[in-house]
This record gives sequence, structure tokens and C-alpha cells, in this order.
Amino acid sequence: MAKGQVTDILEERKEFIQCKSNAGGLGLKCEKDSVAGSVSQRACVYCGARVVLNPITDAYHIVHGPIGCASYTWDIRGSLTSGPEVYRNSFSTDLREQDVIFGGEKKLAGAIGEIAERYSPKVIFVYSTCIVGVIGDDVEAVCKEAERKYGMRVIPVKSSGFAGNKSMGYKAACRALLNLMETNSTTWPRQSEKLTGVNFLGDFNLAGEIWIISNYLKRIGIDIVAKITGDSRCEEIMKAPEASLNIVQCAGSMTYLAKEMEDIYKIPYIKVSFFGIEDTRLSLMNIAHATGNKDAVEKAKELVFVEELKVKAKLEHYRKRLEGKRAAIYVGGGFKAISLIKQFAELGMTTVMVGTQTGRPEEYEVIRGMAVDGTVILDDSNPAELEKFIREKGADILVGGVKERPLAYKLGIAFCDHNHERKHPLCGFEGALNFAKEVDLTINSPVWKLRRHHL
Amino acid sequence: MLDYTPKEYIQRSALTINPAKTCQPVGAMYAALGIHKCLPHSHGSQGCCAYHRKFLTRNFRDPVMASTSSFTEGAAVFGGGSNLKTAIKNVFSIYNPDIIAIHTTCLSETIGDDIPTYIMSSQIPEGKLVIHANTPSYQGSHVTGFSNMVRSMVKYLSVNSKTPNGKVNVIPGFVNPGDMREIKRLMKAMGAAFTMFPDTSNVLDAPMTGKFDMYPKGGTKVQDIIDAGNSLATLALGSFASSDGAFELDKKCKVPARVLKTPIGINATDEFLMAVSKLTGMAVPEDLEEERGQLVDIMVDCHYHYHGKKVAIFGDPDLCIALTDFAISLGMTPKYVLTGTPGESFENEIRDMFNAAGIDGKVKALGDLFTLHQWMKEEPVDLLMGGTHGKYIARAEDVPFVRIGFPILDRSVHSYLPIVGYKGAMRIIEMMSNALLDRQDRDAADEDLELIM
Repeated sequence: MAKGQVTDILEERKEFIQCKSNAGGLGLKCEKDSVAGSVSQRACVYCGARVVLNPITDAYHIVHGPIGCASYTWDIRGSLTSGPEVYRNSFSTDLREQDVIFGGEKKLAGAIGEIAERYSPKVIFVYSTCIVGVIGDDVEAVCKEAERKYGMRVIPVKSSGFAGNKSMGYKAACRALLNLMETNSTTWPRQSEKLTGVNFLGDFNLAGEIWIISNYLKRIGIDIVAKITGDSRCEEIMKAPEASLNIVQCAGSMTYLAKEMEDIYKIPYIKVSFFGIEDTRLSLMNIAHATGNKDAVEKAKELVFVEELKVKAKLEHYRKRLEGKRAAIYVGGGFKAISLIKQFAELGMTTVMVGTQTGRPEEYEVIRGMAVDGTVILDDSNPAELEKFIREKGADILVGGVKERPLAYKLGIAFCDHNHERKHPLCGFEGALNFAKEVDLTINSPVWKLRRHHL
Repeated sequence: MLDYTPKEYIQRSALTINPAKTCQPVGAMYAALGIHKCLPHSHGSQGCCAYHRKFLTRNFRDPVMASTSSFTEGAAVFGGGSNLKTAIKNVFSIYNPDIIAIHTTCLSETIGDDIPTYIMSSQIPEGKLVIHANTPSYQGSHVTGFSNMVRSMVKYLSVNSKTPNGKVNVIPGFVNPGDMREIKRLMKAMGAAFTMFPDTSNVLDAPMTGKFDMYPKGGTKVQDIIDAGNSLATLALGSFASSDGAFELDKKCKVPARVLKTPIGINATDEFLMAVSKLTGMAVPEDLEEERGQLVDIMVDCHYHYHGKKVAIFGDPDLCIALTDFAISLGMTPKYVLTGTPGESFENEIRDMFNAAGIDGKVKALGDLFTLHQWMKEEPVDLLMGGTHGKYIARAEDVPFVRIGFPILDRSVHSYLPIVGYKGAMRIIEMMSNALLDRQDRDAADEDLELIM
């Protein structure tokens, strides 16, 4: 660990940053709360819960708190729907001073009532925000009472912001999903009556990605019981316990749910990633094998062969244009970072910096194993650090989310959004091609040539 | 996507659907970014800070820097004092701003954190400053947060040192950096010595240099905010965002305050320039007279594009007030005017304008876009004006839509180009006119399509 090389870095932050070398060394520090006073790129518990549950298209999502938490998350996820659009609206209790003093339970009950009476939805999710945890509203009791009164599911999401970081929010969302699955707990079949289909956990249908993967699975003869949660309906999530296998893409948010479902419903799970050709191929084959269906395995081989062939020649075109370029990665979870390193390698590019907001120790170990010498690896970074390493390592492109985009642009390097604001599906074979196109479009834009200090 | 919005008006007492506002802290953060070398600090959970930075970044398409106290369970139970003290120490040692502007959140307000006491017991390096504003998210809106932070700048910094500087203070209100640039240009053109604060130009519309500056060149210098206590008067542009700061200057430093509309449209710009002229004794220069003449010329040239058209306006109160006035001066009928920010004075001011112009319109403060949409279903309008979130309604009702105000998340360049002043008025006319004419072209039968309009 090349501690000495890191300068201008907050003392408390040094253990969160590593420079890969052959010498090995101690593990990277991660999964810790951010240092007070840092310009962290991280969000909160509520944010984690909201991004996981929001894509459930026919649910009513009520944010219980002052208006901010509702307005910042109003339809920002970029999750597409093939049907209901309720989830794209913002419902909240907009707590005011009086509610904070006298408690917000009455207003919450009123808000649930105003939805229940007009729209009779199947499911309402009620998100707790910071303040609800402090003023002591008994959200669970209000939800329970509403369920009794209106005969529908009203599910509390315990997502007070201060109770941890985004990962805790993922857990809160997973618990709400388990709660939803309990709806038909008296009727769901026992193991012997399982459906043959799988649940797809951790795809949020950004830019329509879940449709690409669903299509692949359909072609190899595998049904999806529940999509969790991209383009999903409440009904299908209630049916999820009947599936025979869980496939988990966004491991950061969904591993907890997969483990719980394994425990409660005896559904085994495998981790998959559909980012990049290599991971897509491996994932499809793994899924086919995991179902134990020989026909599926044969079909998967065929699909992989055909689809790879379709994009390979085109990818070669981009590879020529991108070979030798350097990439910096700063994304939410570790699993995506790993896929991205592979994808850049497929394009002949080198990853010189890789960081995540909420990566786990085992993921950082994998990253260390893959990274070339000299690669900077960092956890829960901030703009000052990102700038420093992007410059030092001479990155040509940064892959990240909303807050990283303008940083990259100000530094005069290319950027690719691999988060909520991706504009094209980046998963599967066609996604790998889209990714190459996007990287090429931004790296080889003529705009970078205009960058100069003086005329 | 809003096809479930019923036409008949539903009385709601508890539920907000599709808000037309957001919370105080983001406004405070925006105001603080208008101080040179200032790092805004969010005293609450780290999610707040992340959301505000994202929100501003999406609107301005520029990096937004701010730090957070990163509250945990412990802080929520035992108070955020130690988090804040650690944060202040860390921020100065690593990010090295000249000044930290702390704003609170609903969480730190509710647990009763006493920020001034925490600041007093913090280690603040020689020559550095820490200020704070209370910005509880459950009061007012983001505009209130902006206003509160501006008032705090005065409270903490401005001093009347009995050395009159002959300057006019201008508080520009919650407007884009492009507008702030334009206000400065107008002040310069008037030959007035002035201090404008806050000033986010060259912070959130900074040029691309290939270098990332944590603190870009822009922002009002702390020294100038201190010296604002010696100015001859303060012009507060927009009563909701700017008057509290101006009144505070009056109270603390005896600098008289005058509250004006945000200078959007011809009347409000006239009033602004006349006020500057009166304070400084300088006549309005030929250049600006010329601009005004051009604006009137444009208004004559294309008055038939928009005259008599019904328009729905939503957004921040200061914008809505000025825009309603402008729309009336163009012969349009502002049928619905709605803001998410609470305030009886808003409804009264708009109602007075309705009455004076004989308009049968609806106005609402503390409203949401669901209400606006219902109104538009009851009786349609020809044009919708407001921030990006109006696009859902525009699409559902198939109404032309002009993006104006905050936030605009789906278009760019708006933060660079002004809507204030005569130039800004020309731009608004261009946007409205084009939206209406594009619609006419789109809907025209082949035989009705006209070349000259």
C-alpha cells in the first residue's frame, strides 16, 4: 500500500485509498460512515430505499416528511415502464412546522386515505424520512390501521436518512419487498409446487435494460416470475416466492433480499452481470446451468454465439478508435465496477482509477486482483480526490453518476453516465455495443480539441 | 402519464401530489455558492447534501461543492455538535475555503442543535469565517432558504463602520447566474457603484478551462458583503427571496431598503433602472434607452402572436409575480398562477393584478402541480410556463410549454442567458412566441401552413 504517495488527502481518508502494487498489503478500508466535513458523493438510507422500490410501476409511493425528500426523487430514476405510470408521480405529506410539533401521524393517515379512497390501489409504500424517526411517528401503526380500514397493502419503509448510508436503505427496501411477498403467504405453494421460472433481482429497467435481458431469457426458454424491481407490478412481486431460482444483478442492493429469500422460501440464487460481452455470456450460461434444463443450456449456447457474432465486428470498429485510452471509474457498487473494468479491457482500454460509494471488502479484493499495477482504488471518494487521481493517472474518460459528470467536463475529459441518467441500454450484447458507442462518442468528440487557455 | 388526474377539483388536506417547490436547504446552498471561496455546509444526514448537490448540478450542469456533517444515529440522539466541530476542522484543513456557510436541515432543527454555540467552540483558523442560517425544511420552501442565507450573510458579516462607500447594494434574488451577470451589466451601464450579493455568476456558469476549481473565480467577496453595511441603499429584487436580507441591513446597519419586483419584463425593468437612477442621481444612459426601444419594437412587431392568449404560470413566487405582470403588459391573460411556496402576500399581489387588468384568474400559494393540472383540465390554456416538471402536464394536455424558472433539468443553456432586463424580456418573448407559432405550424392543415407569420 503506497501510503506515502498520497498527498493532499485528509488523514482520516488515507486508509480508504490504495495504489495497487505487487507488494500486496492490507485490505482497503470500506463500509464505514463518511468522515464529517467531507464533500462525499454518498447519499442516505432513504435514497437507497427509494431507488430500489421506486421502479414498482403500479405502487403509490408516499414520502412521509418535509417536501425535499419527495421532490428530489420525483421521477429521477430513469426506470421505464411498459404499463402503469403511477410511480412517476410524487406523493408526499409535505410536513409543516405544526406537524413537526404535534406529530405527523394524522397527516399521514389522511394522505393514505386520500389515495385509498380515490384510486383504490393494491399497494402503498410509506417512506420514513429523517424527521419521522425523530418526532416519533408510529408509521407502522398508521400503516397497519390503514390496511385494516381500506383492505389494501400499506407497507412502511424504514428509511430515516441518518440511520446509515445508502446500503442500509437497500436493506430497508428489501425488507419492504419481503413484506410485500408475505401478502399471499398463506397461499404460496410449498417447494414441491415451485414454478420453473426465475426472479430477476437488481435490474431497474434503466433505458429499458430489463426488456433486453427478459428477451434473452425467453429465447432460452426461461420465464421470469418477478422482475425486482424494474418495470414490475405489485402482483408479480407477491408471486416471487413461487420461483425456483433468483438471479441477482445489482448485488449491492439485492444480495440481502436473495439471502433472505433463500432462507425463507428456499430459493437458491446466483449472481449475474449483464454488463459487457464476457459477463453477459457467463451469466446466461450460468443461469441456464442453474435451472438444470439441458435444453436451456443448448439454447443459451446458440444465443450467445449468434448475438456475439452480431456485435463483435461492430465492436472491433470502436476498439480501433479507443485502443490505449485510459478509464477512471467511480460508481455506486463494486460489482458494476468489476464489470466495467472488464468492458474497458474488451475495448482495449486500461482502467487507471476505480472507486465505489458502497463497495464491499470482497469486491475490492476482486478489483485488486484484476487491476493493473499502479491503479488507484478508492472507497467513498470526494471531488478533490477524484480530480487528483484523474489528473495524475491521465484518464481520458470518467464513468460515474450525476455529480461526477460536470467534474469530468471541467477537467476536460470525456464522461459516460452509468447510473440513472444513462440514455441507452448498456446491458447485454447490444448494450455492450451501445457502451462502446457512447464511450467513443464522448472520447472522440471534437469538443476536447477546443479546450485551450488562450486564443 | 397524468391521465388519472380528474377534472373535478378535489379538496385535499393531507396529500401533496407533484410539488411545485422543494426544501429550504437547497436554496441556502445556492445562495452560499454566491460568496467567493465559500464552501456551503449541510448540517444533517449526508443524503441531504447529496440531493442538493445533484439537484443544483442537474439545473446548472456545473460542479456543485458542499460538505456535510454526515449525521448518524448517534448524532440524531446526542446532537450534531461533535459532527459539526469535526466537520469545520476537516473542511478548513483539506478544502481550505475562506468561509464556511452552514445551513441546517429538518433533522438538525428538530433535535434542536444550537449552531452558534457549536461554531463558538470550534477551531476556526485565523482569518477564516463561519456563518450559519437556520433552514428548517418544514417551513417555507427553497426560496425561504435562499432568503434566510442572504439574511445570515448580513447578520454575520455586514458592518456599518461609518465610512459611507456611496454604493448601492443589490440582492438579485433566486435567479440564474446569467441573470446575475445581466443585473451587473445593467448596474455598470447605469454607471452605479454597487455590491451585488450573492453572485453565482462565474461559479455556476464558469468557463471550461481544463482545470477543476473547487472555488471558481466568481462570488461576492466577503469584504464586499462586510462593506455592504456602508452602502447608501439596498435594492431587494423579489420580495420573497431578497427582502429579508435588505431589511436586516436596514436594521443592523441603517442602510435603507427598497423592495422591487424581480426585473423581468418591461415594467419591472423600468422600475429597477429608475430606482437605481434615483439613488445614484445618474440618468438612464442612451444604450439602455436603446435596448428598451428595441424591446418595445419587438413587442409591436409580434404582439399579435400572443395577444389574448391564456397562459398558466407556475414556479417561484418572485418569478411568478414578475412574469404575471409582464404577461398582462403583453396583452395575455394569466389564467392560472401557482407557487409551491407558502405566502398570503403572493396571492394578494397576483389578485390585485388580476383585478386591475379585469382578469378572471386563479392563484394559489402552497399549491402543487396536481392542482394546476386540474385547473387546466377545467378550462384549458394556450400556453404553460414554468420549470421542467411542467412537461408532464404539457404533454397530457397537449399545451405548448416554455421552460422558465427553477429547476430546468431537461434543457441546457438557460442558466447562461438572462430573463431579466430588456434583453431578458426579448428572450422571453422569443420563447413564448416561438412556442405558440411552432404549435400553430404543427397543427396547421397543409393548405393553412403559412410561410410568413
